Amino acid sequence: MTHAEIAVGLFGKTHKVSVDADGIVRGTGSLRSGREVNIVGIANAQPLGIEAALAIAQETLDIMRRGPGTAILVLVDSGSQLMSRREELLGLNEALGHLIKVLRAAASSGHPTVGLLYGSSTGGALIATGLATSWLAALPRAQPSVMQLQAMARVVKLSLDKLERLAADTPVFAPGIANFASMGAIHAVWDADSDLGIQLEQVLATRVNGDDERARLGAERGGRTKAATIIDRIVGEAQRG
Amino acid sequence: MQTLHFSYRAASRLPGKRAQALVGVVASNDLEVLLQRTPKATDCVVTVSTAVHGYDAVWKAVLADFVERRAPGGLRISINDGGARPDVVALRLAQGVRLMGDDA
Amino acid sequence: MRRLSWFELSARNRIAALLDARSFEEFIGPEEVVTSPHLLQFDLPVAFDDGIVVGRGRLDGKLVLVAAQEGRFMGGSIGEVHGAKLVGILRAARALAAAGRTQACLLLLDTGGVRLQEANAGETAAAEAVRAVLDARTAGASVVALLGGRAGCFGGGSLIAACCSHIVMSEHARLGVSGPEVIETYKGAEEFDSQDRALAWRTLGGMTRRLLGSADALVDDTAAAFRQAAIAQLQRPRPLEMARLQAEHARLRERIRRFGDCRDGAEIVRRVLEPAAVYGLDNWSAQDTERLIAKLPESAHDAR
Repeated sequence: MTHAEIAVGLFGKTHKVSVDADGIVRGTGSLRSGREVNIVGIANAQPLGIEAALAIAQETLDIMRRGPGTAILVLVDSGSQLMSRREELLGLNEALGHLIKVLRAAASSGHPTVGLLYGSSTGGALIATGLATSWLAALPRAQPSVMQLQAMARVVKLSLDKLERLAADTPVFAPGIANFASMGAIHAVWDADSDLGIQLEQVLATRVNGDDERARLGAERGGRTKAATIIDRIVGEAQRG
Repeated sequence: MQTLHFSYRAASRLPGKRAQALVGVVASNDLEVLLQRTPKATDCVVTVSTAVHGYDAVWKAVLADFVERRAPGGLRISINDGGARPDVVALRLAQGVRLMGDDA
Repeated sequence: MRRLSWFELSARNRIAALLDARSFEEFIGPEEVVTSPHLLQFDLPVAFDDGIVVGRGRLDGKLVLVAAQEGRFMGGSIGEVHGAKLVGILRAARALAAAGRTQACLLLLDTGGVRLQEANAGETAAAEAVRAVLDARTAGASVVALLGGRAGCFGGGSLIAACCSHIVMSEHARLGVSGPEVIETYKGAEEFDSQDRALAWRTLGGMTRRLLGSADALVDDTAAAFRQAAIAQLQRPRPLEMARLQAEHARLRERIRRFGDCRDGAEIVRRVLEPAAVYGLDNWSAQDTERLIAKLPESAHDAR
């Protein structure tokens, strides 16, 4: 689905969602219930650089200024972080960190912050967008990843064939929404053929901005069998004595 | 990966205050050695986890030499090998034993 | 031990040298053998602590929580267990800060990023860690990043650092999202020659970061210097609040406006420092730099 199709799928044709020349998504829409939703995000598999991160952050800060409590939907179709000497020189990590901080500030101050991964998203861009929301949905054709298997094979010095065979038995390293859902990183995969607006309403009806439950989800789904226990143990031990 | 087990008789219990010690790191030409005390004063049990096959005899020789020199009795030694040469293995074992003798 | 090179010390020894003597208590130590369940299928050895040491201790008498990554084990990379220990100590910092029992968590980061063999678990853990840093800060804890190891601070680690309240770097430290090798792989040597070590340090190293205000202190490569800097940084808390976030936004925009056309760290140095001071820059110590730049608007800010 394109961002335009998603906007229509969520809000019908009266949405006010647009994408600018730099791939930044902005706008608002009304769900059938009448609830207003603010949209921010990145489209066109655009790599996430400093200017784009600051633009999305600015849009989110503006949403916060406009008034409390409104829902924010972060649409994600990014590439990886923008890979360039200039971005690194000027502190890309800080710009991405700033974007995360702004999204979390929105969540902390009462804006239910939901992500919808509909295209690709890789590495640092994924951490700064989809994984920075309080609740992350994905459409079936979305492609989250840390690295494509071909490149990974070169780095870990295995044949692509061997890597693909290993990937068949574990969700822990290969790209894909099923694997990230297994980790607990993606909360749910939406049905692209069902009403997207209703699926978003259902999420917004729950308590979106709670504690980070992803480790627990990863344990329940069997993708991360050790993480949640380790986290709980350390929190417990630190509080004793 | 392969796990090798060795059991030795040591001349005496390794003196020192420490209950355990860790030396080294799992990296190229290095290894991680965890030393822990066991009740039986003259036993030294060693477990080696390594991805490099075919060096059982070399491990045996290095460890036997170590046991004879240092009398590391009452110890369980666990090793994660990153592909270390015998001299590095000997070095880490010696460092481990020295650390066990330090104040806790 | 405090005079020793931070770069050369193991993670555990960095903690020992940083904190008050004999005050450190490790959680889930190597004797528990809580190791990675994902490396066996790659025929790779595990580390007893999965390459990270976490626990609590005292810094100048005060209770602090600590995490130190072992940069020599798989490049300090973040796997499932490693990531969970990091998230755990940060969530502990939040709990203890909320109870008024601690005001600081120290992160001795030394990481190439997410561990590829456990990519998805590492990526998720990095995101959880970033969230946990912000939650700990909201609860009243400072989270101080101390960077100076051989793996640098890249990938997910660089985003964790960016969300910390304070960042200390030594001359050895490198901080960035994509390392030179990665950029060269995807964009070619023209974009970034990964063999050019001087270029890497001019782009990602402590001096440039300090001048741009991407780091709060530049220190010598000793445990004593890191300890002193950590204590000093903790005396200026930075609670997370809207005004600070807006100030950071303005600061980052101003940086792009001022230096957006720079192609090299040397150009940034030239624009920030007096021309006369550029000569002999090779012989400057971290202290010389600190003295000079402490007055500059880019570096002497509180907007993180």
